[in-house]
Amino acid sequence: MLEIRNLTCSYDSGFAIRNINLTVEQGEIVGIIGPNGCGKTTLLRAITGILKPQQGSVLLEKQDMARMSARDIARKIAVVSQNSEPAFLSVEEFVLLGRIPHFRKYQFFESKEDREIALEAMTLTDSLRFKDHPVECISGGEQQLALFARALAQRPKLMLLDEPTAHLDITHQSGMLDLVRKFNRKFGLTVLLVLHDLNLAAEYCHRLVLLNEGSIRKVGTPDEVIDYKIIEEVFKTVVVVEKNPLSSKPFVMIVSEEMQEKSRTYKKALP
Amino acid sequence: MMQKRLVRNIIWLVVLCVISFGVGVIALCVGSGGIMLKDIPSILFSAGDSAAYSILIDIRLPRILLGFGVGGALSLAGVILQAMFRNPLVEPYTLGISGGAALGACLAIVLNLAALCGAWCLPVSGFLGACVVIMAVYFLAVRKHAMNTRDLLLAGVMISFICSSLVMLVMAVSRAEELHGIIFWIMGSLEEPDILLVRIALVVAVLSLAASYFFCLDLNALTLGEEEAAHLGVSVENTKRMLFLITCVATGFSVSVAGVIGFVGLVVPHVMRLSFGNDHRFLLVASWVGGGAFLVLCDTVARIIISPLELPVGVITGILGGGVFIYVVGRKPAMAGDR
Repeated sequence: MLEIRNLTCSYDSGFAIRNINLTVEQGEIVGIIGPNGCGKTTLLRAITGILKPQQGSVLLEKQDMARMSARDIARKIAVVSQNSEPAFLSVEEFVLLGRIPHFRKYQFFESKEDREIALEAMTLTDSLRFKDHPVECISGGEQQLALFARALAQRPKLMLLDEPTAHLDITHQSGMLDLVRKFNRKFGLTVLLVLHDLNLAAEYCHRLVLLNEGSIRKVGTPDEVIDYKIIEEVFKTVVVVEKNPLSSKPFVMIVSEEMQEKSRTYKKALP
Repeated sequence: MMQKRLVRNIIWLVVLCVISFGVGVIALCVGSGGIMLKDIPSILFSAGDSAAYSILIDIRLPRILLGFGVGGALSLAGVILQAMFRNPLVEPYTLGISGGAALGACLAIVLNLAALCGAWCLPVSGFLGACVVIMAVYFLAVRKHAMNTRDLLLAGVMISFICSSLVMLVMAVSRAEELHGIIFWIMGSLEEPDILLVRIALVVAVLSLAASYFFCLDLNALTLGEEEAAHLGVSVENTKRMLFLITCVATGFSVSVAGVIGFVGLVVPHVMRLSFGNDHRFLLVASWVGGGAFLVLCDTVARIIISPLELPVGVITGILGGGVFIYVVGRKPAMAGDR
């Protein structure tokens, strides 16, 4: 589905991601995790083509994306990002914008089919109930649903999500990721998402990519990646990794400084 | 719901066109010529050698057409730039085009170029001035093949200031009769004796509308931000470049022919947004038609209010436009591009 070969990209400021090699198979949910500023979002921007590769290439269905037009890419990849600016549109108009890449040449108005697809996307994401509200006036969780509905209206093969659970409470966090899982199972949607929360990432993703300082530290199943040694090394934080009793997925618990001291004195006190 | 909105927008657009036509007819009928309203049809359909016919067709009609062309072009440029910069305070003159044109015309007056090339001297030199400024702004804002809209805005504003200072410098050293010419040109007027210039301005305005309409969906996507637009398959750099070119051509021609008529490009797009929302498929056409009608209306008021003398049309656009703007915005808080 998506193949990243030896990719290197950089910003003017000097920050770069280096030698990224990653393959995402059809029907997978792959999570990108890592500390702040490790290049997670940069990697997403390189995949969408907003950041041009300096070396290496990104292949989408065996086609080099550097040779695809922005429009062709948008027909296959939808992006749910956090930097949408207020546009004073109703949710329905906002979702319909997702159909733009599929408009024919010189088509300026959406067809009946476009409206139906947008309606379906809103129904499936449960955003139909606030379709006439302005996007700026709905809650953060609802905005996230509207964004997801717009991405679905693009009918993408691959969906990229940049921290879809940021600023959401646990109800909406799990709701959002359950939705992602549902579309993955039902329609075989391939998903690549950046997540801050290691536990959510371990719970919902088939595979994880751990980035550190612009390059890949480890790729593998949640069990392989969420290992306390690796996590402590990359995040420079003391953690305990346990298993979720129901899903038996790894679960990361942080250990506060106070607690560390306590356990040290406790160890010392031992004979 | 979506269809309802489409139908509503189409109805609004038709209403707007009817109003504009009405404004055009009124502008044709009123004036200092003392022609009676009831006589107008018979004058228009009679053979064209009476004095009244010549007032209508040779004096008032070109002025109305120029008003529609200039007003349409300016307000179209305004709506495009506001969407492109996602900034409600941008207007066509923000990029320094008016400053450049004013400087060009000003130099032409002072250097007495009119003696060399006749009536076309002012429009041509104004246009050249505008071109020089646009190129300077463009090259200041383009880095690594990407056009940074923030730099574009900054460069435009700064070059505007430089140009207006230079204009003041020229004015300070020029003679009284030249000063009068310069001030008159800067204030702007729809009086244009050369019918060919009127035609050019009108054709440019229509062509800019047609060209920009191909980007209406891209503009809709751009209201979400450049990166989001790129995610929706808009090739942002090309689009920005083309839209920049279109707005510059539209504004440059308008300013060269009619001088610096302010406020149309700022106010009309905002008022149109209140009824059409941020959907540029309607907004572009509506602003174009509305801008034309607004300018023709203002010009008519300017012609008759202290008749037989004439006020500069910029005075009326400012007072009328500003008043309407404050009233309308005061009622509805949400402004496009506002953060």
